[in-house]
Amino acid sequence: MNLLEQKFTPETWPEHPETYTQEGKNKFIGFWLFLAGETVLFASLFATYLALKDSVPNSDHALAADIYSLELVFIMTAILLTSSLTSVYAIYHMRNYNFKQMQLWFFITVLLGLSFLALEIYEFTHYVYEYSFTFGSSAFSSAYYTLVGTHGAHVCFGLGWITALIIRNQKRGLNLYNAPKYYVASLYWHFIDLVWVFIFSVVYLMGMLG
Amino acid sequence: MSTIAVRKSFLSTVWEYLTTVDHKKIAHLYLGAGGFFFLLGGLEALFIRIQLMKPQNNFVNEQLFNELMTMHGTTMIFLAAMPLLFAYMNAVVPLQIGARDVAFPFLNALGFWLFFWGGIFLNLSWFLGGAPDAGWTSYASLSLASEGHGIDFYTLGIQISGFGTLMSGINFLATIITMRAPGMSFMRMPLFTWTTFIASSLILMAFPPLTISVFYLIFDRLFNSAIFDVTLGGNTIIWEHFFWIFGHPEVYILILPAFGIFSEIIPTFSRKRLFGYSSMVFATILIGFLGFMVWAHHMFTTGLGNVANAIFAVATMAIAVPTGIKIFNWLLTMWGGSIKITVPMIWALGFIPSFVMGGVTGVMQGIAPLDYQLHDTYFIVAHFHYVIIGGVVFAIFAAAHFYWPKMFGKMLSEKLGYVTFAFFFVGFHMTFFVQHFLGLMGMPRRVATFLPGQGLDLYNFISSLGAILMTIGVIVLLVNIVITSMSKQQVANDPWGDGRTIEWALPSPPPYYNFKQLPLVRGQDTWWLEKMEGNKELPPAEPLQDIHMPKGSILPFFIALGLFIAGFGAMYNPLNQVGDGHPMGTVVLIFGLAMTFGTMLLRSLRDDLGYYIPKEELEDDDAKGGKVS
Amino acid sequence: MNKQELRAQYEYRRRKSAEGMRLQLISFGLMAFLTIISFLAVGYGLPKSFVVPILLLLASVQALFQLYYFMHASEKGHGMVMFFMYSAMFVAFITVLCYMTIIWW
Repeated sequence: MNLLEQKFTPETWPEHPETYTQEGKNKFIGFWLFLAGETVLFASLFATYLALKDSVPNSDHALAADIYSLELVFIMTAILLTSSLTSVYAIYHMRNYNFKQMQLWFFITVLLGLSFLALEIYEFTHYVYEYSFTFGSSAFSSAYYTLVGTHGAHVCFGLGWITALIIRNQKRGLNLYNAPKYYVASLYWHFIDLVWVFIFSVVYLMGMLG
Repeated sequence: MSTIAVRKSFLSTVWEYLTTVDHKKIAHLYLGAGGFFFLLGGLEALFIRIQLMKPQNNFVNEQLFNELMTMHGTTMIFLAAMPLLFAYMNAVVPLQIGARDVAFPFLNALGFWLFFWGGIFLNLSWFLGGAPDAGWTSYASLSLASEGHGIDFYTLGIQISGFGTLMSGINFLATIITMRAPGMSFMRMPLFTWTTFIASSLILMAFPPLTISVFYLIFDRLFNSAIFDVTLGGNTIIWEHFFWIFGHPEVYILILPAFGIFSEIIPTFSRKRLFGYSSMVFATILIGFLGFMVWAHHMFTTGLGNVANAIFAVATMAIAVPTGIKIFNWLLTMWGGSIKITVPMIWALGFIPSFVMGGVTGVMQGIAPLDYQLHDTYFIVAHFHYVIIGGVVFAIFAAAHFYWPKMFGKMLSEKLGYVTFAFFFVGFHMTFFVQHFLGLMGMPRRVATFLPGQGLDLYNFISSLGAILMTIGVIVLLVNIVITSMSKQQVANDPWGDGRTIEWALPSPPPYYNFKQLPLVRGQDTWWLEKMEGNKELPPAEPLQDIHMPKGSILPFFIALGLFIAGFGAMYNPLNQVGDGHPMGTVVLIFGLAMTFGTMLLRSLRDDLGYYIPKEELEDDDAKGGKVS
Repeated sequence: MNKQELRAQYEYRRRKSAEGMRLQLISFGLMAFLTIISFLAVGYGLPKSFVVPILLLLASVQALFQLYYFMHASEKGHGMVMFFMYSAMFVAFITVLCYMTIIWW
C-alpha cells in the first residue's frame, strides 16, 4: 500500500508524522543539513556587509543612519515574527491530524509573508528613488542589497513553496507522503525569520546607531 | 529492468543514463565525465610544460598561457578531482553501509547534471572568445580587469557546478546518517565512509562562502554592483578571504576521501585490520575541524598583521599532527601484515613517501616569515602538486584499479597497471621534485616564460620531460581501460580475495537493488568477519520482502540545463561590463531560470512514490546467481 | 492495542501537544518582548557601546528560542542536526570575526 492511500484517524496518526517514514527521516535530516549550509551562506553575506558598511565613494552618498527607518523595520519584524508563530500553529495542527486548520494557518502564514514582501519592495524602491541608493551606487549599497535581497529571495521562494503545497494537497488531505513536506517547509520559514532577527538587529538597529 | 542479460540498443542505454537515479550508474557518469575533464586538464598541463621546456619559448603566447594555467587549475580541482572522488563515493559508500541507495536519489542525479553542465559551460569559453585568465583563484582585482567574457565563464560555470557539489555533499551526509544497515554503528563504518562523511560536512560548510563570493563577482562584472570596486568603496580582499575560507577546506575535501581510499586498500592487501581505527576517525574529524581555521596561510603576504599571521601559522602547523597520526597508522597496519603487492597496493606504497614530502613542504610554508620568501614561486607549485597528485591523484588511480571490478565486473590488467604506475610515479617526481629548487632559485609561478642563463634551463627541461612520462602513464591506463572493457571476463564477488567491507560480499557489479535483504552488521570489517567464520554471505537483517525503489527521471537533466541556459543569458545581459550585452540576454536569463524552477515545480507537483520489486522476482534472481543486466 | 487504549493514548497526546503549544506561545511572547526592547534601546538613543552588545545578545537569545521552540530542536532526535547547526554557527562566527578584524583597507 502506498503512502498516499494509507488512511488515518487522529488516534492512529503517528505522533511525529514528519519522521515516521524513511523518506520523512531523510527529508528531515537533509533539510536541517541544508539549513546549516544556509547559516554559513548568510554569515558570509553578513560578514561582507559589516566589512563594507558605510563604505561609499563620496560624502554625498547616503549612509546607513540616513536611510533606515525604525517604524518600517519594526512593522516588518512584527509581521515576520507573527508569521513564524502561525506556521508553528500549522505544524501543531498537522501533528493533531487536523488538515483544515493546518491549511488555514499555512494560508495565514502566506498572507503575512506576502505583506512582508510588499513592505520590502516598498522599502527598496523608497531607497532607490529618495536617496539614489541603488544596487551599484556604492560597495555599501551592493552589500546591503545582496544581503537583504537574498533574504527577500528566500521569502519569495518560501511563499511559492508553501502555496504550492497548500494548493496541491487541498483536495486530498494529510498523509504520510506530504506531512514531511509541510514540516520542512515550515522549518524553512522559521529559518527565514531567524535570519531576519539578525538582519533587523545587525543591519537596521546597529545601522541606525551609525 | 529485465533480469535476463539482453543487448540494449545504444539509444536506450543513453536514455537509461540520462534518467538514472541509481547511485551505481551515477558513479559511472561521474567517472566518465570526471575522467574526460581530467584528460582535458592534463592536456592543458602538458601544453604549459611544453611552453616552459626551454627559455623564451614561443609555443603559446602569454595570453594563451594565462588561459591554459587558469583552466588547468580550475578544471583539475572542480571538474576532475572532485567528480572522480564522487564517482567512487557513489559507487562504494551506499554498499559499504549496507544501503539500497543514497538518501536522495533524485538529488544525486541532479548533482551530477549540475556539475556536468557547469563543466561544459566553463569549457565552452575556449570557443566563445577566450578562456578565463586570472588564475584558478581569480583574485578580484585581476579578474575585474580581465577583458572579454573569460572570467564570466569561470564564475557562472563554477556556480552551476558548485550547486551540484553542495547537493551531493548534503546527500552523502544524510545517507550516512539515516541509511546505515542494522548493526552498522558509526564506529563500525569503514574509513572510506568516514572520510566521505567528514569531506561532505566540509563541503556543506565551505561551499556557501564560495557561492557568495562568486555571486559577488558575477554581480560586479555583469550587473554593475560594486563589492570589489575600490573607486566605489569596495574591497578586493573580501574575495581573497572568501576564496580561501572555501579553498582551504576544499583541499581537505579532496584529500580526506583519498585518505579513505588508502585506508581501505592498505588493510586489504596487508590482510590485517587497520591499525588504530578510532585514532584514524579522530584524526579525520580533527583535520576537518582545523581545516576551517587555517585559510589565511594562503594570504600571509597580504599584510594581515603579525598577530593574525602568527595565529594562522600555528593552526597550520597543528594540522601536521593528525596527518602524522594517519601516516603512522598506515605504516603500522603494514607492519607485521602479510603484504600482497597488487596495483592498488603499489599506488598506496608510492603515496606514503610522496605525500609526506608534500606535507613537510606544507609545514615549511606554514612558517609565516619563510612563506614571504616562498610565496608565488615554483616552490608552492611543487608543494601543492605533491599533495594533490601524490595524495589525491594517486588515490584516484589506486581506486580505479581497486574498485573497477566492483563497478564494471572486470579486472583491469595488472601488467599494464604496473606500467602506468612506473611511468606516472617516475614522471611525477621528475616533474615536481626539481620545481622545489626552481622555486628556491626564485622562479615565479604563473609566468609564461623565463630567460636563459639564469640557472633555470636544466630543471625546467627535466620538469617538462617528467610531464611527458606522466602523459605516457595516463595513455597506458586508457589503453588498459579499453582492452578491459572489450574483454569478456566476469569476476566474482570478491575478486581480490581479501575484501574486508560489505561491498565485496555483493556480486560485481551489484544488482540494481544492491541487497536482496539488508545485511546485519556484526562488527567492523564486516565481510572479513563473516569470511573468517566460514560464512558464504552476510546474515540478513530482514525477511525477503518486496523492495521499494526510486523511479528514474529526466527532470534533473532539465533542471541543470535550465541553469546552463540562464548562464548565457546572464553573461550577455545588457548591463555586463564587457559591453556586448543584448536585451535578448535578459530574456534568455529569465527563460533559463523559468525552466529550472518550472521543472522543480513539476517535480514537486507530481507524486513520486517509486515502485516495488516483487518478492517473486527477487527469488527468481536467486536462481540466476543474483546477476542483473 | 484495543480501541479504549488508543483513545486514552490519543487524549494524552492531545494534552501534551496542547501544553507544548502553550510553551510556544510563551516563547513567542518572550521573543516579541526581546524585539521591543531592542527597538526601544535604539529608539531612545542610548550610547552605542552599551546598545550594540545588548542587541547582539538579544538577537542570539531570540535565535535560540526560534531554534529550540519554533523549530522543535528541543525534541529528541535532533542531536545530529544540532551538531551540524552548531558547527555551522562556529564557521559563521569565525567568518564574521575575520571580516570585522582583519579587513581594513
